[in-house]
Amino acid sequence: MTSRKYTLKIPSQTDNLEIIRDFIFKIAEKNGLSGEIAGSIELAVDEACTNVIKHAYSFNEKENVRITVNVSSKRITISIVDHGSGFDPESFKTNSIDKRIRERESSGYGIFLMQKLMDEVSFDIHPDQKNEVRLIKYLK
Amino acid sequence: MSGFEVERRDKENISCLYVKGFLDAHTAPQFEEAIQNLVDEERFKIIVNLCDLTYISSAGLGVFMGFIEDIRSKGGDLKLSNMTSKVYKVFDLLGFPNLYEIYEDENEAVDKYQKA
Repeated sequence: MTSRKYTLKIPSQTDNLEIIRDFIFKIAEKNGLSGEIAGSIELAVDEACTNVIKHAYSFNEKENVRITVNVSSKRITISIVDHGSGFDPESFKTNSIDKRIRERESSGYGIFLMQKLMDEVSFDIHPDQKNEVRLIKYLK
Repeated sequence: MSGFEVERRDKENISCLYVKGFLDAHTAPQFEEAIQNLVDEERFKIIVNLCDLTYISSAGLGVFMGFIEDIRSKGGDLKLSNMTSKVYKVFDLLGFPNLYEIYEDENEAVDKYQKA
């Protein structure tokens, strides 16, 4: 199978998360992934985009989120790019998640979920220039 | 159409919230408002029936987390019931089943409150 590429550029609004999820789920399904795996990828991408909308762009609806999906026979790779303020991914490591749960924090679980749901999660953060979250799921 | 609805039914001192659709960063404030209304009315024995909830992200989970301590400190609880396996999986990934009472059926949660 040759690789297939899909791109979505969408205004940074929580209202658009539903469209983003449908976009991801349909691509995963169309490429033969099970409903369970498609659901995991859908949730991971939702979490990444929610972070962009809330934290990188502080709900500024004039900004855009760009999502690129590459599907090959071996993996599905999703890149989420913004040009917002960025953040320190180190502050969301697993040990800080235990602390968040212990202290009943109501936010800060998104990156932890991404890491649980995907095979690889990486961040390339350059505040106010280009921030990229890359999610990879290997296909059997 | 927001894709999310919450309906409240009171049974004596127990309030049940029936949530429907998807709970994400867009719809979580609506759910938060429904729980806040109960807290404001000092109705702390709450059951959330999730049978028609099709999707939840961490924004939705955060709403449960934001209220649980306050409600328990007032002698109440947030008990959950009728969760689909898809929604349970997300709760489980964060270890939330250790923090919340989760029942297969709403009546079991009602019994638990009545026998307490």
